[in-house]
Amino acid sequence: MQYLVSVIDDKSNPGSTDRQPAISAFNERLIAQGYWVFAGGLADTEAATVIDNRGEQAVFSDGPFVESKEYLAGVWVWEAPDLDVALKLAAEASKVCDRKIEVRPFQ
Amino acid sequence: MSDVEEAVTRAHRDEWARVVAALTRRFGDLDIAEEAAAEAFATAVERWRAGGVPPNPGAWLTTTATRKAIDRIRRENKRDDRQKEAQMVYDNTPPEPLGAIDDERLRLIFTCCHPALAMEARVALTLRMVGGLTVPEIARAFLVQETAMEKRITRAKAKIKAARIPYRIPSAEDLPARISGVLAALFLVFNEGYLATGSGTEPVRHDLTAEAIRLTRLIRALMPDNGEAAGLLALMLLTEARRTARVSSSGELVSLDEQVRGGWDAALIAEGHRLVRERLAAAAAGEAPGRYQILAAINAVHTSARDIRDTDWSQVVALYDQLVHLDPSPIIALNRAIAVAELDGPEVALAAVDSLEHRLAGYHAYHTTRADLLRRLGRSQQSRAAYDKAIELAGNTAETAYLTRRRDQLR
Repeated sequence: MQYLVSVIDDKSNPGSTDRQPAISAFNERLIAQGYWVFAGGLADTEAATVIDNRGEQAVFSDGPFVESKEYLAGVWVWEAPDLDVALKLAAEASKVCDRKIEVRPFQ
Repeated sequence: MSDVEEAVTRAHRDEWARVVAALTRRFGDLDIAEEAAAEAFATAVERWRAGGVPPNPGAWLTTTATRKAIDRIRRENKRDDRQKEAQMVYDNTPPEPLGAIDDERLRLIFTCCHPALAMEARVALTLRMVGGLTVPEIARAFLVQETAMEKRITRAKAKIKAARIPYRIPSAEDLPARISGVLAALFLVFNEGYLATGSGTEPVRHDLTAEAIRLTRLIRALMPDNGEAAGLLALMLLTEARRTARVSSSGELVSLDEQVRGGWDAALIAEGHRLVRERLAAAAAGEAPGRYQILAAINAVHTSARDIRDTDWSQVVALYDQLVHLDPSPIIALNRAIAVAELDGPEVALAAVDSLEHRLAGYHAYHTTRADLLRRLGRSQQSRAAYDKAIELAGNTAETAYLTRRRDQLR
């Protein structure tokens, strides 16, 4: 089963910025143990553009689709046999990233 | 009640969780298991009336429910289920021995009380899947609309399926944390029964306390080495033993010092004391007691005393000191202060209670305790104000009646 693992940061109370080496080491482990499918850190939400082409022409708007204090800072996709395994990894990930983590199954 | 009705009721009590657990294991789907089990029990009412009660009702129910489940899966013939159907057709494994089936019920409990589910969802799901209560019964118990309760249970089952919450007993390393989640859910059911909220309900809901005790007994039987399961069962038994003495014939709460102790249930107290002694022996052997074991020990002190003056209050305070260490919640500190009042006097206790104001100002028991201590100190006016606040916040009808009388007796 695949899970989308979102790293959630908080603009008013951001996590520490020195986590990259620890995250890289954690990624190495995810790969070695066969859980890793994909990972990526995201640029600031200010760099986002929303496109709506449901009408006559595409409308582009600057910024994220939802303005909030908490935002998505990065994502993983993990392959795990069940939620218990995913949650255990996510608990480690939260420590490693110094940020909150959301685990959500793919359909 | 006719013999058949009685047999169905007994089978429901004894076999429901087994049937649901066995079907969940086989079909990997709580929804199918629940529906098929319910259908099997409905069929039993008709068939047993016509053809008599089968020699092994549990096996009859599991077989019937399995057939119902297969019928449903064939009927729906969903793409996803083809694989399952193939598995069903070729599943020639013999029925599992009794020990393994008991483990099935444990799996069911751990799945229903998974930490990824909200506490209220765990409680509802456990009562439905393990306890066999109907959705309307659970809705009534928690004063929630039936449709809302149905939704809560459906949502929880959907999450278990979509997020693949596993159907298994947690690993030894995770077990202590997971079992405490299960016990917390059962304690919540018990407390809702013991101090029912809402102006339209009975002050004590025996159906809920009885169900909580039954399920905790099950956990205790399935995990006999778990100290906290024994502790929680003892705590429930020693509390339940005082149930009838705790509410007067006029529906008013009777405080511990005014209860007629001869009205306590001696058999439940004896059973509770046996469990507490068992845990004291384990503690003496070096096993650190958890919060339920300590709470049970406190209740054992109360239920060993002839009256309120005979109570070993220094022992009660010592146990609370141990508890405060484990659980720094202000409610524990409040209860400790109540015991301190008996040992060191109301003035010392009041100072301790007042220090909790910022954390407990919205909790009725905080004001009840203050009102009582102020009354004992002769500060009637302040006591009256505290009773008013407690009455305003109390949700239990018997408690409101008690507080009103106490307030009106102030001079």
